[in-house]
Amino acid sequence: MLAKGATVRAVVRLIEDWVVNALVGLGDWVLFSLSTLRWLVTRRPYPRTLTPVLVTVGQQSAGVVVVTGFFIGMVLAVHSYGQFKKFGFTTWSGSLINASVIRELGPVLAAIMLAGRVGSSMAAETGTMRVSEQIDALACLGANPIHYLVVPRLIACMCMIPMLTLMADLGGVFGAALICVEVYGVEAHDYWRHSRDFVQMFDLFTGLVKAFVFGSLIALISCHRGFRSRAGAEGVGRAATESFVLSFVAILVADFFLALVLNKLGDAWAQWGRW
Amino acid sequence: MGALVTIMPGFADDLVIFDSVNVRFGRQEVLRDVSFRIPRGETVVIIGESGCGKTVTLKLIVGLLRPTLGRVTFDGRVLTELGEQELARERLRIGFLFQGAALFDSLTVFDNVAFGMRAIGVPEDDVAGRVRQHLREVGLPETVEAKMPAELSGGMRKRVGLARALALNPELMLYDEPTTGLDPVMSDVINELIIRARRRSPMTSVVVTHDMHTVRRVADRVIMLYPLGRLRPTEPQIIFEGTPKQLSLCSDPRVKSFVEGDAKSQAEWMPELSLSGEPTGDSMSSLRELSQYRRPHERAAED
Repeated sequence: MLAKGATVRAVVRLIEDWVVNALVGLGDWVLFSLSTLRWLVTRRPYPRTLTPVLVTVGQQSAGVVVVTGFFIGMVLAVHSYGQFKKFGFTTWSGSLINASVIRELGPVLAAIMLAGRVGSSMAAETGTMRVSEQIDALACLGANPIHYLVVPRLIACMCMIPMLTLMADLGGVFGAALICVEVYGVEAHDYWRHSRDFVQMFDLFTGLVKAFVFGSLIALISCHRGFRSRAGAEGVGRAATESFVLSFVAILVADFFLALVLNKLGDAWAQWGRW
Repeated sequence: MGALVTIMPGFADDLVIFDSVNVRFGRQEVLRDVSFRIPRGETVVIIGESGCGKTVTLKLIVGLLRPTLGRVTFDGRVLTELGEQELARERLRIGFLFQGAALFDSLTVFDNVAFGMRAIGVPEDDVAGRVRQHLREVGLPETVEAKMPAELSGGMRKRVGLARALALNPELMLYDEPTTGLDPVMSDVINELIIRARRRSPMTSVVVTHDMHTVRRVADRVIMLYPLGRLRPTEPQIIFEGTPKQLSLCSDPRVKSFVEGDAKSQAEWMPELSLSGEPTGDSMSSLRELSQYRRPHERAAED
């Protein structure tokens, strides 16, 4: 009986510690993010720090994002074609595939890909700078580390991830068309006409808003993990892993809430007949 | 904001004042009730075993860490009361040579040395000349300017770090283990550079080191910190404060063993350590015993 009580107490203490640590971590991230946003709006970043990050995030990620989008489109086409064929509506398959890619899968999968590729690299880079005291050296030489390191990465992710999402969308649309039209022989004119009728401008807007938010989350989470990295190779490795895992979870959670808000907004716009 | 900052009166000659400073990271206490003063123009060397809080002390002086209790004053201003901008301005009056030099990996040697000058808005036309001058002062040729930090040896990295720190003509220079990891000749070169930097312009210096050769060459005054884990709650953490000569004459066994590089003072808390240099049986069992060992006063407290 006593042993059981001790076990329960130990489990409660474990949960208590976990909750407290999670709340402390969340609070620290919020303060870090607010500080970054303050620097973002009060002082322009140095071009010599912004340009290389823009190139790294944008140009060097373009290929992998297009390939990801292309295969997502093809996989969706394979699954959707079979379902639409049962009802004889194969020319409508493009409408579902393209709406799914542009509204949901393009932004989410591109963001997850970039959380792994760009976010982990940012966490490892800033983590290495933390453990080798380069961040302290920045502060001693008159540069604010958040302004110098985090703001350019945030801007790069906010600007480039929506663009990369557009490229993933294009890859997905053409991948799906390749399978439906060229492999399954769906009539091309009707496939594209139904796609155009079904996919609205608001879907594209939804996807880009999501990409913007996901990009911001990736930059803020990754840099925060890097800044709080523990010493040694293990600490930096852990920071990179945590940045990916936390970004992944944050993307899915944010996607849910954005879907709720943007769907409501979409309904309102549709009623006003704007989109 | 500036009007609210406390100006410590009556100590115009003290550039740095530690007033009952405590630092704690989570459950680990690193500094306890540490107080000392560093007058302008003096070179103070802080010595002590690894983990006794030497680097923490340096980082408190430059405002990279904040004390849990007590206050650190730089030039009459309490650092914890300064705003972000004011603290950044004060930091530009302090040069810091980090233990691993902390050169920016993505920048060339030239850009590393120029970094602080560009941050304070030195005209770009003047930057090149000043970078070359500071590199010459630490004995580095112009050919290193275009190199990346990864291409430099340990001694060269330290010298570039020193050139970068001196480039802003600081009033206070902090050196964190400046000779650690260097060969004896390069260590002496760094010691000589510390002395020359002080001669060239009136400068206060704080050097953290384990190296007794550095202590003897550069120190005006020595402060020795002791790890809190091996002190009783009432014992002061600063176990020695005086000139290098007084240090060599000090009779405190803890100070003596550090100065002489002798492990005898450790024997009290390492019961299985053989001082003859011969292993004493199974090393794993010794380690296990060591991990369970408590000092007499700790045992008394537990009882």
